[in-house]
Amino acid sequence: MGILEKHGVLERNISLLAIFAFLVVTIGGLVQIVPLFYLENTIEDVEGMRPYTPLELAGRDIYIREGCYVCHSQMIRPMRDEVERYGHYSLAAESQYDHPFQWGSKRTGPDLARVGGRYSDNWHVDHLRNPQSVVPESVMPKYGFLEATLIEGEHIQDLMSTHQFVGVPYTDEMIEAGQTDFLSQADPDRDYDGLLERYGETTNVRNFDGAPGISELDALIAYLQMLGTLVDFSTFEPVASR
Amino acid sequence: MSEHKKNDDKDFETTGHSWDGIEEYNKPLPKWWLMIFYASIVWGIGYSIAYPAWPGVRTATAGLLGWSTRGNVEQAIVDHAAGLAPINDQLASVDLDAIAGDPELNTYAQNAGGAVFRTWCAQCHGSGAAGAVGYPNLLDDDWLWGGTMEDIHFTVSHGIRNEQDPDARYSEMPAFGRDDLLSQEEIEQVTNFVMTLSGETPPSPDLVAAGAEVFDINCASCHTEDGTGDRWQGAPNLTDAIWLYGGDYASIHETVHNARFGVMPPMGGAELSEAEIRAVTTYVHGLGGGEVAE
Repeated sequence: MGILEKHGVLERNISLLAIFAFLVVTIGGLVQIVPLFYLENTIEDVEGMRPYTPLELAGRDIYIREGCYVCHSQMIRPMRDEVERYGHYSLAAESQYDHPFQWGSKRTGPDLARVGGRYSDNWHVDHLRNPQSVVPESVMPKYGFLEATLIEGEHIQDLMSTHQFVGVPYTDEMIEAGQTDFLSQADPDRDYDGLLERYGETTNVRNFDGAPGISELDALIAYLQMLGTLVDFSTFEPVASR
Repeated sequence: MSEHKKNDDKDFETTGHSWDGIEEYNKPLPKWWLMIFYASIVWGIGYSIAYPAWPGVRTATAGLLGWSTRGNVEQAIVDHAAGLAPINDQLASVDLDAIAGDPELNTYAQNAGGAVFRTWCAQCHGSGAAGAVGYPNLLDDDWLWGGTMEDIHFTVSHGIRNEQDPDARYSEMPAFGRDDLLSQEEIEQVTNFVMTLSGETPPSPDLVAAGAEVFDINCASCHTEDGTGDRWQGAPNLTDAIWLYGGDYASIHETVHNARFGVMPPMGGAELSEAEIRAVTTYVHGLGGGEVAE
């Protein structure tokens, strides 16, 4: 009767059954997941992607702390209606330095994957203070308290080291200059040449919230104004098979 | 009452298992069920040949149909654009002022423009275009930079006071208080005067006369001597009681002290096509305040 009759052994021994069930699930998982790590058409290097600047990284942490992802996704799906409303569909590479990624699956508010540059800094200040002042039908809560908390980035280098540890290619030089870059991005009166050298000429440098000092609002707006702007889609050639 | 078959009915084969005297029939699966099961296996094999499926060493199989998510969305966009190409080409090429005279083109532009407006403009100007504090109302006939088709088209294409577009409309009101161009006393005087321009009663009427002088020297070069503003510089008309940042004493005082610097991003270039810009121009022009070029 051969091997088919042997299943009785598994059915009569609960420990053996558990071990073999685990093995079967593991093989199934490996077959589905492992190819994604090495297949060329699932990994795409895209020009323009860079690690977040220290200020943007802090803004991203505020974004996560305030639970923005609960209502806003950051993933434009490859469908015509999405592309017409939000812009070019998101590439996997655009989330490559996100730990964790902010794709989300719930859109109470609009997708934010390409919100960078779409509105003025002033609009973001007005909108975060009181969303209903510019969008009366919005149900978004007010985040005016962010401008009351001034931050100096004294722990930003630790945060960057952590991201480096999980694979974000921050150089040691970037981490060393972390707090300097943090402060100069929101204050054009400082010397920000080093920041542009490390993160690229297109990095936004300005007083984002228009108020003196660097507040959490500055960091959040710096992050939002960068979202989706790193890849230049006027020169990006999508490979259809990816 | 129906008749129950007993467990010891010998017409059926049992599996041979017996627990506490309970046995189990070995009945075959229904034929129809089994056929669907086998058919779906065959279909699954076919599917994995037709569509991307099996991982290999470097890449996965691409599938005989050549289907891909990216190709799919690109094709959908191309198909949609091809359907609209004749009317979009017409919209992008006719004279701006001729759109209103062509009923078919006008209807298309109004509707397409409404969709563009709700996607790109409503966040600041409101879904009904009534604006908000700091973001102009587009329903009225009070224009900062002009309300002809030509003017609106330029504003939409290049935006206002932004960094992205070198052709953006630009002007900058001096921050009279913050930069110490006027004393606090003079700012109070001119604030009182500006309130009288639109017929408001200022809190200190005795400062109005002095305020008029301050206005003449410092403000009239942009807002003109009678306060009706200058569209070449986007300097608002101060006599019409329509206020972008509020017309009460505190708001006007803040405007004189810190100045205002409203920014609008450019919609031309990467964001919107020429046909879309013209459509939204037609829509905004048709909201009620559109002006006719002289």
